[in-house]
Amino acid sequence: MMIMSITIFFFILSNLMMMMSMILSKKSFMDREKCSPFECGFDPKSMSRIPFSLHFFLITIIFLIFDVEIALIFPIITLFKMVNMLTWIKTSFFFIIILLIGLYHEWNQNMLNWTN
Amino acid sequence: MVIYIFDLLMILIGMIILILGVLIGVAFLTLLERKVLGYIQIRKGPNKVGFMGLLQPFSDAIKLFTKESTYPNFSNYFCIIFLLFLDLFYHYYFERLIPYMFNLICFNLRILFFLCLTSLGVYMVMIAGWSSNSNYALLGGLRSAPQTISYERSMALIFMSSILLIMCFDIYFFYLYQEMIWFMFIMIPLFLCFFSSLLAETNRTPFDFAEGESELVSGFNIEYSSGGFALIFLAEYSSILFMSMILVIMNMGGYNLSFFFYLKLSLISFLFIWVRGTLPRYRYDKLMYLAWKSYLPISLNYLLLFLGLKFYLF
Repeated sequence: MMIMSITIFFFILSNLMMMMSMILSKKSFMDREKCSPFECGFDPKSMSRIPFSLHFFLITIIFLIFDVEIALIFPIITLFKMVNMLTWIKTSFFFIIILLIGLYHEWNQNMLNWTN
Repeated sequence: MVIYIFDLLMILIGMIILILGVLIGVAFLTLLERKVLGYIQIRKGPNKVGFMGLLQPFSDAIKLFTKESTYPNFSNYFCIIFLLFLDLFYHYYFERLIPYMFNLICFNLRILFFLCLTSLGVYMVMIAGWSSNSNYALLGGLRSAPQTISYERSMALIFMSSILLIMCFDIYFFYLYQEMIWFMFIMIPLFLCFFSSLLAETNRTPFDFAEGESELVSGFNIEYSSGGFALIFLAEYSSILFMSMILVIMNMGGYNLSFFFYLKLSLISFLFIWVRGTLPRYRYDKLMYLAWKSYLPISLNYLLLFLGLKFYLF
């Protein structure tokens, strides 16, 4: 309930600031030059929303896997007070070593390079 | 019921005071940045408005808010407006994490909350770059997306190894465990990694590929003018203040009711500015190599080390 009320408070506050910026700003007529995207004084030459290939797309996929693994690491903090110490250290060591070996394997297979 | 409403009222008053403090802090942080950059380049910064330029940020804010705001053709107007709103909301939400023990909300999974919020930060710059229909803005947004996610992951692992030392998800416990020695001295390499990850996370200078001033004119916020630009600016600088606070709490003994906490906080924010005045921009592929080939292995290996330490100390 309190978290919700604070969220609502922030919601209202950021709305207020947005409204203030819209009301206070000077108004004038739009003309063609003012509304074209900024490109150092020239007319825009190419469309900006065309598909193109991006380096490091594969890295975002690796990132996804890593992020899931990080989310799996976090419970070892809360498990520390609940389970047997030996079991705890075994599982967490095993997990992190798998992560490390996975990283080195990707490195070895040139997945982390800019270009091959 | 009466007590409950009283609590709610106190929390709201606390939040208002906190937000006002953040806004004023951001204003003077921008002034500090301009002054420090000025003295680094052997000139005086703003020194005319008010007493020695003390009122400069307020006159800047008034100027920015009263200028005309333009929206380029074929840009997604809704996206632009919604992004500004989201950005502001997100950065206010961050301030909730400041560990005050009274009149503000205090819950014990704050570090997880922080990590969730930082992973949201990718979308702001990306949406800002895409929605304003401009080539430069699109390039800036696209550059910042892989950068932010790479550094955020190594930052989460560094967080993980310092959480292993305190074994709790509450930010407040960092203070209890650092009474004798700062964590900075226990893990100096991780501290340095963490600081540069924060630089990359807030798009500051050696890693400011989202707004590379010499190649993309202003990067992702190029089409934002007047109030919109002021709001984006506000959000960025408040995130700098907040990140330096996280650094101080995690590594430099964060007892946030003492005077020296704020001294350390302003020292770290000064460090952000000093880095901007000194270092040239990095190269993009080197930046990604830095995240993937050095920070990630270092933080994973340190995690292993601290696991063993915890086991043998047990």
